[in-house]
Amino acid sequence: MKFVDNVKADVTTDIVHMMCPMHLLKLEEKIRELEDGQILEIMTDYDGALEDIPGWCAKTGNEFLGMSETEEFYKFYIRRKVKK
Amino acid sequence: MRKCYFDHVATNPLDMRVFDAMMPYFKEDFGNPLSLYESGSKAKEAIENARAQVASLINSKPSEIIFTASGAEANNFALRGIALARQNEGKHMIVTRVEHHSILNSARFLEKVGFVVTFLPVDKHGIVDPDAVKKSITKETTLISVTHASSEVGTIEPIKEIGKIAKERGIIFHTDAVAAVGNIPVDVKDLGVDLLSMAAHQFYGPKGAAALYVREGMRIVPLIYGGIQESGRRAGTENVPAIVGMGKAAELAKNEMAERTGQAKKLRDKLIQGASEIENVFLTGHPENRLPAHASFTVEFIEGEAMLLLLAAKGVYAASGSACSSKALKASPVLLSMGVPSNLAQGSIVFTFGKDNTEEDIDYLLSEFPQVIKRLREMSPYAKGWGTKGESGECTVQK
Repeated sequence: MKFVDNVKADVTTDIVHMMCPMHLLKLEEKIRELEDGQILEIMTDYDGALEDIPGWCAKTGNEFLGMSETEEFYKFYIRRKVKK
Repeated sequence: MRKCYFDHVATNPLDMRVFDAMMPYFKEDFGNPLSLYESGSKAKEAIENARAQVASLINSKPSEIIFTASGAEANNFALRGIALARQNEGKHMIVTRVEHHSILNSARFLEKVGFVVTFLPVDKHGIVDPDAVKKSITKETTLISVTHASSEVGTIEPIKEIGKIAKERGIIFHTDAVAAVGNIPVDVKDLGVDLLSMAAHQFYGPKGAAALYVREGMRIVPLIYGGIQESGRRAGTENVPAIVGMGKAAELAKNEMAERTGQAKKLRDKLIQGASEIENVFLTGHPENRLPAHASFTVEFIEGEAMLLLLAAKGVYAASGSACSSKALKASPVLLSMGVPSNLAQGSIVFTFGKDNTEEDIDYLLSEFPQVIKRLREMSPYAKGWGTKGESGECTVQK
């Protein structure tokens, strides 16, 4: 897993206390709302996200920038892919 | 025989306009809102429309409304959901002694699993003192929950004032507004609440649909896990017809609020005036700051249950204490916490009016009620000493 610090996100979404598959549904919904190249931060305490979010990025072509951790939840950073 | 339904706080009859709005979702548009084909997408659309109607009634955003199956579920959800979401910040919460059992018992459950709860007293009118709320706050306090209006004594609590206190201290504030929403204007922004419970059947909607308002950005632990309904915050296939009914009922309540409350107040005041002429009948709750459709009394020397039965035989339907206390044959804990002596608290009777009640209904009640009281007092062993002032101890309720 790639850990990052001080990533400046354009949009943050807080889904702490929500379970599978909200982490993927919210991710998809929010990424769709972003401009190309913008960064999304997702806050979640769902452990399945550790595998699912990088996996979703690999599958969809969006860039997984990395994650950081607080005592209560994870923060994932995803950059929306730039259409060529 | 005339039939007078004066128990609108227990439940309201369904408005036929609401019933008509619900029907298609029992029949042709029966689909699961998660299904991708037409009957599913129509059901989904109907739920979102209802969400907007309910949000409009309390001046919130549609996304801040989470549908539940009952007011009790909304209250459980609020207390447990916030307690668990904030447990790393503190394990103390404040509720009042005049809450519905869905708040009191949720609080007691949380006590069992390690939380600390302050149960605040009320004054003789059933009002919570905002200063007492302030004084009860500790570094560990994460949640305050105060009922908007008591369904038992009708008193409207100083929610706005308590909301300010909670906000200053960064404490989450919930109000159980089940008895208030649809019956008096409720504006979540003006009140300064973070969470608010409401139920459709209190404003001519169906049973089985209710909601919790959760201010945008608030974290809450779900009560029911499962699918992605209600944005993952309340799983379970939606009760689509009931939710649609709640939306329609909310729209009607908003549009007809002034007319409904005006009429209700007239009936309430007429009954309070008439009942005050019966000897040893005392009004409970606040004399002015009370729900417009609510008149509650204690009748000395007799039991509420007995009055209900005799009134029912005359076609008059009322309540005694809260529904739960009434079934459990206990003196009302709400009245006891207001300082009403237990012998008097047993003689509790609550009349709550609706849009279909008339002045003639009140005339009928006022002709039957004194006779029922007289008959029961003649049979009552408690009536010993009848007419002697102070015989039953000091009473904190007012004539």
